[in-house]
Amino acid sequence: MQTKVARGMQIRELGAEALKKVLLYAGLAAVGVVMAGPFLWMLLSSFKPDLELFAYPPVWWPKHFMLDHYRYAFLNVSFGRYFLNSFLVAAIATAANVFFTSLAGYAFARLEFFGKNAIFFLLLGTMMIPSQVTLIPVFIIAKRFPLTGGNNILGAGGTGLIDSYGGLLFPYLIMVFGVFLVRQFFMSIPRDLDDAARIDGASEFGIYWRICLPLSRPVLATLAIFVFTNVWDDFLWPLVITNSEKMRTVQLGLQIFQSQFLVNWGPLMAATVVVTLPVLMVFMLGQKYFIRGIATTGLKG
Amino acid sequence: MLESWRYFWNNPGRRRVMLMAYLFIAPVVLYVFVTSFIPMFTSLYLSFTRYNALSAAKWIGLANYRDILLRDTLFWRALRNTVQYSLEVLPVNIALSLGLAILINRKLRGITLFRTLYYLPVVTSAIAVSMIWMWLYERNLGLINLLLDQFGIGPVDWLGKPGLALHSIAAMRVWKGIGWNMVIYLAGLQGIPQYLYEAAMLDGASTWQQFRKITWPMLKPVTYYVITMGLISTLQAFTELYAMSRGTGGPLDSTTTIGFLIYQQAFQYYEMGKASAIAFILFVAIFALSLINVKFFQSRVEGGV
Repeated sequence: MQTKVARGMQIRELGAEALKKVLLYAGLAAVGVVMAGPFLWMLLSSFKPDLELFAYPPVWWPKHFMLDHYRYAFLNVSFGRYFLNSFLVAAIATAANVFFTSLAGYAFARLEFFGKNAIFFLLLGTMMIPSQVTLIPVFIIAKRFPLTGGNNILGAGGTGLIDSYGGLLFPYLIMVFGVFLVRQFFMSIPRDLDDAARIDGASEFGIYWRICLPLSRPVLATLAIFVFTNVWDDFLWPLVITNSEKMRTVQLGLQIFQSQFLVNWGPLMAATVVVTLPVLMVFMLGQKYFIRGIATTGLKG
Repeated sequence: MLESWRYFWNNPGRRRVMLMAYLFIAPVVLYVFVTSFIPMFTSLYLSFTRYNALSAAKWIGLANYRDILLRDTLFWRALRNTVQYSLEVLPVNIALSLGLAILINRKLRGITLFRTLYYLPVVTSAIAVSMIWMWLYERNLGLINLLLDQFGIGPVDWLGKPGLALHSIAAMRVWKGIGWNMVIYLAGLQGIPQYLYEAAMLDGASTWQQFRKITWPMLKPVTYYVITMGLISTLQAFTELYAMSRGTGGPLDSTTTIGFLIYQQAFQYYEMGKASAIAFILFVAIFALSLINVKFFQSRVEGGV
């Protein structure tokens, strides 16, 4: 008798437990729809012919999948060129950041030198300067960059780096945040390794290059992803520094499907899919690196 | 100081390492000096001048600040919009991201899938997200109005009505930012010792009591961090406002924020001196917030939470 009652209670408890689980999943899924729904709508819209896109009553699921909007974005608007520009700038910026910030991170983590803490905290301090404060002076530096764009040695007379790859690139070359990220990691590598290497006659650069760098692939991946996506996603700087069509980046490119009164929605959604896809793919593949970048620094560009 | 310098310099081994180290940090230090440190002072200097990037800057003392603070109604409008935007985005964002973090802070099958979904808006660029939401908000054919239409409501001109546009953009910003704060809260939640909850359950505390008496107080440093970082970023908000107002800050200046105003003054009107003054006012506000943040960050490290 008693065991029967106990079992009944157990089953009831299990039932409550299962119900709770179902409710939980329902809640999670509902939030998921809100978070992912807009992306799905973008994707569906990009495949719909205009007739379905602008139909009333609405056509929820495309009846005819077509790629015309993508074709338009790449043929009538030179989206391929914007893509190339964005990719070039982001790739070079990533390489420069990984090299220079890890080199400095190595010195701050593992070498002793006069003024180390003072310099380190000064660097930390510059991270608090909002980009909007430095925007105008950095623009002036670009404009007055000596011996570029028709400028003389004093940086006068021409347009400098305005509307050039150099201009697009140079504010991205080093992001101080990388120094902190890498330093943190380098400090955790045991010093016995470098002492052994030093006895074998390795130079400081050799220890950095042959021992520390190969051991820090995960953190360098985090850094690379952080830099690449930040450069790829940036809008304000390309807006300010470029003015010709051939120098546009993808984020700027998205602006040209609309005028004050009219928006070409189909091609705009197709182009947005294309712009979003690379970053989403990198995210899916390297999720843990993304999340770690945030968890360890709490920073997002 | 001198003592310390001699310590390094007089020993050949230490001197060699020191010079090596200087070489290693030189690119970063020089670069930061040229692109951040000097520009900060250039910006301060420019704020006392009239400058259009073509002819030489002309010193006009405090005239820019006087104009902005006393005469420029658009500055005050932008300030009000910026503060309103921040106050709308942050509390909602915090409530939702903390709720979600608690919801997914458990071992359940498929939980990583949900976490990935919630994080998608964070990794998408501000411009792409703005374009997607402009389409959702479209007056006649946007998804939101189509859905409302099923219930006989609307159509609502989400981005075209002066009283509504800023709220609509704030809603989008909340959606975009939830995933990020969720990850930070998740890290915070995982730092709370489990035995606290076990003890509370032994004492018969309800779920709500556990949240009020354990989770919320233990997460206070995280919340503090999330608020200051969030404020620093919403105070500078520009991209989504530029994109969704199609570069106008409208309708009727209702989405003109401080960040937008700086861009507009500097690169549409070429009033670089005035723009620098506005930027510097913003800088002082953000710097104060950063200092508070650093202080709390330190106490958090010392407190070991």
